[in-house]
Amino acid sequence: MYIKELTELNGVSGNEDEVREYIKRHIKDLADEIKVDSMGNLIAFKKGKSGKLKVMLSAHMDEVGFMVTGFGESGVIKFAAVGGIDERILPGKRVLVGEKKIPGVIGAKPIHLQDREERNANIKLKKMYIDIGTEKKEETEKLVSLGDYVSFYSPYTEFGDGLVKAKALDDRVGCAILMEVLKERYECDLYACFTVQEEVGLRGSEVAAYTVNPDIALVVEGTTCSDVPGVEKSEYSTILGEGAALTIMDRTSYSDKNFVNYIYELAKRNNFPVQFKQTNSGGNDAGKIQLSRSGVVTASISVPCRYIHSPVSVMSQKDFNSCKEIVMAVLKDLGRKEEAY
Amino acid sequence: MDYISILKDLSTYVGVSGREKGISRYIEGLFKEYCDEVKIDSFYNVCGYKKGASHSGKKIMIMAHHDEIGMLVKSIDDKGFIKFTNIGGIDTKILLAQEVVIHGSKDVYGVIGAKPPHLLKPEEVKRAVKMEDLYIDTGLSKESVAQLVSIGDVITFKTYPFELKNSKLSSKCLDNRAGVAVLLDILERLSKLKHNDDVVFVATSQEELGLSGAKIASYNINPDLAIVIDACQGEIPDVSKDESYTLGKGPAIAIGPNLHRAHTKKIIELAKEENIPYQIDVEPGNTGTEAWATQVSRAGIPTLLISIPLKYMHTTVETVHINDIKNAGKLISRFVSGL
Repeated sequence: MYIKELTELNGVSGNEDEVREYIKRHIKDLADEIKVDSMGNLIAFKKGKSGKLKVMLSAHMDEVGFMVTGFGESGVIKFAAVGGIDERILPGKRVLVGEKKIPGVIGAKPIHLQDREERNANIKLKKMYIDIGTEKKEETEKLVSLGDYVSFYSPYTEFGDGLVKAKALDDRVGCAILMEVLKERYECDLYACFTVQEEVGLRGSEVAAYTVNPDIALVVEGTTCSDVPGVEKSEYSTILGEGAALTIMDRTSYSDKNFVNYIYELAKRNNFPVQFKQTNSGGNDAGKIQLSRSGVVTASISVPCRYIHSPVSVMSQKDFNSCKEIVMAVLKDLGRKEEAY
Repeated sequence: MDYISILKDLSTYVGVSGREKGISRYIEGLFKEYCDEVKIDSFYNVCGYKKGASHSGKKIMIMAHHDEIGMLVKSIDDKGFIKFTNIGGIDTKILLAQEVVIHGSKDVYGVIGAKPPHLLKPEEVKRAVKMEDLYIDTGLSKESVAQLVSIGDVITFKTYPFELKNSKLSSKCLDNRAGVAVLLDILERLSKLKHNDDVVFVATSQEELGLSGAKIASYNINPDLAIVIDACQGEIPDVSKDESYTLGKGPAIAIGPNLHRAHTKKIIELAKEENIPYQIDVEPGNTGTEAWATQVSRAGIPTLLISIPLKYMHTTVETVHINDIKNAGKLISRFVSGL
């Protein structure tokens, strides 16, 4: 299963090497041609039977995480967030520092020693630090360098009614689906793009889309899922277990209406669970791809993830499978006739 | 003793205050290896008896609590999400996105969730998250949850022990499983050292709820001297040096009205003579440890307090230095052997 291994690899934006090498190794016999561009995007080409249509699938390899920004006199490591992380979730978490994956913890001042003000206020990231057990600044500096990447530590865990807990489900789910999809050959020409730097501003996909210059693009993502206590039903972005989610509009993109409706109808016809993302929160690579060159017909399909961007992101295996099935069905259908949608 | 592996095991066992049956049985097994007799009392205090050489009739009690902080199931909503409350002092600020295990009719895994950050109102972003804002997501339907989980079931943090640099270990509930490890270390050492007095090793329950186990055990055992082992605040960047102790610089010996003055002086002298590193823990009043309860048990018990410096107390990443445990074991066993 790709998803377990993929989520346990570390690939904070700008440092996607580990993920890219893993994917490359596993798809080398599935694709006709594999290229890595200057930014680190991995583009796998699979020739179509008719090749009338050029389709780009996109999933980003990077994940949110941290970078080392400094050292305290007592040996602790100061850090900054890479990508959008809710700083409130950080105290009491385990992390791996640098290429050597040195275990570290983000501690917190014990409750016994907090004054009233401290008890009632959130801890700011600026005040936090990572403790790897070293005792002096010089000692830490021998092991860790400024700019080293830091990832959450969170083993892949299956639980509940077919759910999965892992870090980086956003967007290793997309990577895993693209890897699966490459196992078959389709009518259309397929460019499976594993992109970099989505979490810091959709950087990789912008370049990849230019290179591929597709007719149609489908972004495969992990998206927010807020069907939890304390949230009004109208604010549920997606619902866990109700299938892959199609985006109509979010903060970065406005999906092609015909393309989205076509995917929705195709999923319904095949009895694959599918839902529309009901809020416009979040954004993804679709925003850049649709504006590439002279414009690309683009849509996004996602696996709903609760607690996204945290070490305990949660997805339903059912949603993952429906997302995979729908993406494959789309590829099989596209290019079968001149105007599929 | 393989300190790291024993600490990993001890911190993995579950023993939330008031529900210590499991951990007490485990410790009973460990005590049996070295003790003449092991008993578990009605409060799940584990008492291991080791006879002295002199038949003096004198008894020394060495005590460390084995209970841990945790949470308790309060209610289950109609989608199966679980609301909970705390047992012992828990900082809600460390609870978001933690992994937990609910100890129902079966162990049920879950994660702690809350309203997503982008849906928070500006005033909610500023204030610390409250226990009532949090819930546990088990990924199960209400029906399945109802079959496995009941109101009042205890909840612990999922344990992932992390070995850090310089012989440090980070895990849950090292407060006070580190103390229990010291008990085991003393047991092992005293099996090779001569001691005149009888020694009773006690792993106590319900410390986090108000020293209850210690009260019962002290009354039952009624020793001539009590040595309490607990955790003290380890030095971290955002805490002042005079309210914390440096990891690796030795166990902290407490001085103050809660502790017996002559015995305290004696153990400090011994540490100096034997070159065992130690730190001084000045306690002008209530030590907040079981020493507070043992000192005033029955007609009064001379009491000592030795603490293991521990960082990030009452979080999922409590951290200790193995040498402090080793040195506490060495110091206390030499002290007992010299009496």
